[in-house]
Amino acid sequence: MIVEGKQKIWADYQKDIPDDHYYYVRSCIRQSFFPASEVTFLDITRNKLGKDFYENPYHTTCGGIAYHSDSIPQETAMTIIARQFALMHESGYENYVCSCITSFGCYTETLETWHEFPELEAKIRQYLWDSCKKEFAKPKYLAHSSDIIYKFRHEIAKQAKFKLVNAKTGKPLKVVEHIGCHYAKMFPSKGFGGAEYPHVLAGMIEAWGGEVVDYPERRQCCGFGFRQYFVQANRGYSMSNTYKKFESMEPYEPDLIITNCPGCPYFLDRWQYVIAEQTGKTYGKNGYGIPALTYEEVAGLVMGYDPWDLGLQMHQVAIEPLLDKMGIEYDPKAKYKGINNKDLGTPENPINIKIK
Amino acid sequence: MIDFGFSISKSSHIQMDDVDLKLFNKLEALNPDIKTCMSCGLCTATCTAGNFTDVSFRQIILMLQRGKEKEALQKVKKCMMCGKCMLVCSRGINTRNILLSITRIYNEQNI
Amino acid sequence: MKEHAVLIIGAGPAGLETAYQLKSLGLRPIIIERNDKIGGHLAQWDRLFPSSEEANKLLERLKEQVKDVEIKLNSRISSIEKEGEIFHVTLTNNKTYDVSAVVLCTGFDLFKAEKKQEYGYGIYNNVITNAELEHYFKTHNDERIKEPKRIGFVHCVGSRDVKVNNTYCSKVCCATALKQACEIKEEFPDADVYCFYMDLRMFGKGYEDLYLKAQKEFDIKCVRGRVCEVSENIEGRLVIKAEDTLLGTPMKMTLDLLVLMCGMEKAEGVERIQNMLNIKSNHDGFIENGDTFIGLNKTKEKGVFVAGACTSPKTLPDTLAEARSAAVEVYRYLNS
Repeated sequence: MIVEGKQKIWADYQKDIPDDHYYYVRSCIRQSFFPASEVTFLDITRNKLGKDFYENPYHTTCGGIAYHSDSIPQETAMTIIARQFALMHESGYENYVCSCITSFGCYTETLETWHEFPELEAKIRQYLWDSCKKEFAKPKYLAHSSDIIYKFRHEIAKQAKFKLVNAKTGKPLKVVEHIGCHYAKMFPSKGFGGAEYPHVLAGMIEAWGGEVVDYPERRQCCGFGFRQYFVQANRGYSMSNTYKKFESMEPYEPDLIITNCPGCPYFLDRWQYVIAEQTGKTYGKNGYGIPALTYEEVAGLVMGYDPWDLGLQMHQVAIEPLLDKMGIEYDPKAKYKGINNKDLGTPENPINIKIK
Repeated sequence: MIDFGFSISKSSHIQMDDVDLKLFNKLEALNPDIKTCMSCGLCTATCTAGNFTDVSFRQIILMLQRGKEKEALQKVKKCMMCGKCMLVCSRGINTRNILLSITRIYNEQNI
Repeated sequence: MKEHAVLIIGAGPAGLETAYQLKSLGLRPIIIERNDKIGGHLAQWDRLFPSSEEANKLLERLKEQVKDVEIKLNSRISSIEKEGEIFHVTLTNNKTYDVSAVVLCTGFDLFKAEKKQEYGYGIYNNVITNAELEHYFKTHNDERIKEPKRIGFVHCVGSRDVKVNNTYCSKVCCATALKQACEIKEEFPDADVYCFYMDLRMFGKGYEDLYLKAQKEFDIKCVRGRVCEVSENIEGRLVIKAEDTLLGTPMKMTLDLLVLMCGMEKAEGVERIQNMLNIKSNHDGFIENGDTFIGLNKTKEKGVFVAGACTSPKTLPDTLAEARSAAVEVYRYLNS
């Protein structure tokens, strides 16, 4: 591997991200999959980095799931997006930051489509007026929230309490980065580092002391695929993609997987349980899986947030081996305690994969 | 094992690293003209049996090269040995002899 | 007849042959070359398809033919002014020439392989280009080539590819790939050699024989399907994906060496000279011919001629034939 070759590509695929004043929109599903990720993002950016992030309570889904499941036509998805842009405009912001990769893909696709076909933009403008009596302004900048963490990764490193380093051996942790397909595959120029060798997560890993693992199936999709997952009979297809990735990364013995999509960390995490139950195989050491975390969760760990406040007990794969490696202290008894010490219940023990 | 109602599907990728070409190499040593096939499709287009079944000489050769031996032998079975493919082959490949060699070499191995 | 001076831009095969022919016709050719030596891409090559003749032998012959011709190496043109029928040419070193005609023999650039990011050239150690393999054949000095067990060639890299804006066929890559495949097989007889092609365009004299020889004598395995992605495994070997389109199945294999058959692109910097002469390009960037059939060597500008791969990808025999016909066109123009 010639790192300079990648660095050259990374230098070619940079994009402008403004320094402050962002309009933030959440994801439909991330809040239930990774309940603390978005809160942590806002806490880091607002309170640790001192940035202005505004949220509008009238924001809704971007329609991406319905669009990708063929439930609604593109015009409907675009009108929903036009409404979000109208809310941003009403709130006095022009830098749009979304938490979801599919939303990012939908927003990018919509803006590019309007650029190529202005008559369609005019049509959507009319639809929005007819349905909501609103007028929109297009954002000046569009970014995914991982772009923001990427932009401030060195500031985060300066405030870090822990590194992506094995505290005992001093060796960097081996970290797999997995990019959501809709981040840059459709529009390579819209992603940090482009589509083939994205830098958005690799840059965080480097800045926080880890070592990036580049394995043969790195570019492979996690397999979520909307329709593939939503229909039970098709889930084997979804899982087979994840299985392929794990088989390919296994020889590198990764300590951690870091992702920037709602679906990928969920499936890279949960399928490890199903694969273990079906094949008896686990990919971490000693019967454990490989933790698959969001970039906000990793940033939170690095900055010294309590792992249970980060919601890491919501992952299927046990997080403890990673915490031990990083030298992060935690209270095992508090793992399944919610706010005000509320008992969240303890999961059943699977047969083939250790969860504690 | 828990039944989830779905399971891991086998990858449709042919992993060439795992394909054992020992038998094919033996076949090729006996019939070096196989190497010159360029998949023009004359053999398949003219095939008497191919009008009614999925037999295709060029596909048989490719399948053997890609480790799909069982599927190839299923096709071989449908050949009627009329020799029309040998007549039309623009590379002059001795297709009839090759089909007989395949049956002999691969059947010895009980594939 | 007055001894007219003719400026030839580029000292590759087209320029050298044009110069020789013009000289034979009694004119005074002057060759301007921006590099420090003559021969263009030919000087970088080891052997030539289809017969594997040494590139140097042809180059020496071309050189021998022009030993009395004025050749200015390391020279760049700073301006060309046309006054009546005469072109006033000034080089960057302020040397000036007055010539009666200009022949553009500016050739091509090899496609920059790193533009096809999915092939990982410049990132994965064992991905090399056709030019680098020729360099290896010449010098036997390349750390990346040591006892490879499995070698792949990818045809059409940067050709027939809308994504890199090159929709044309580069014409020489199919034959070059099979030539190089045979040569590397000769060096490493135990290696498996695969060529990934879309169409094998073996159109020239002796090319189809080369294809048959590659299959029959060298056991080169041709797979119809473009390589879509290259990565590296933990041992540093390459993993490639392609479809065997003749079977309709995707395939994967591990390789020790992958050779990218980089096609031809318009030569960098030629546009500057075109602007001085008011010569346009086609949509593919190559210089526009005056006419598709009988005016191939002419341009839309009187007194400006073209020869070789500056107008479209060409093989060496085609380039040399065009050079000869360009000389005749120039001669006819100056005597009319």
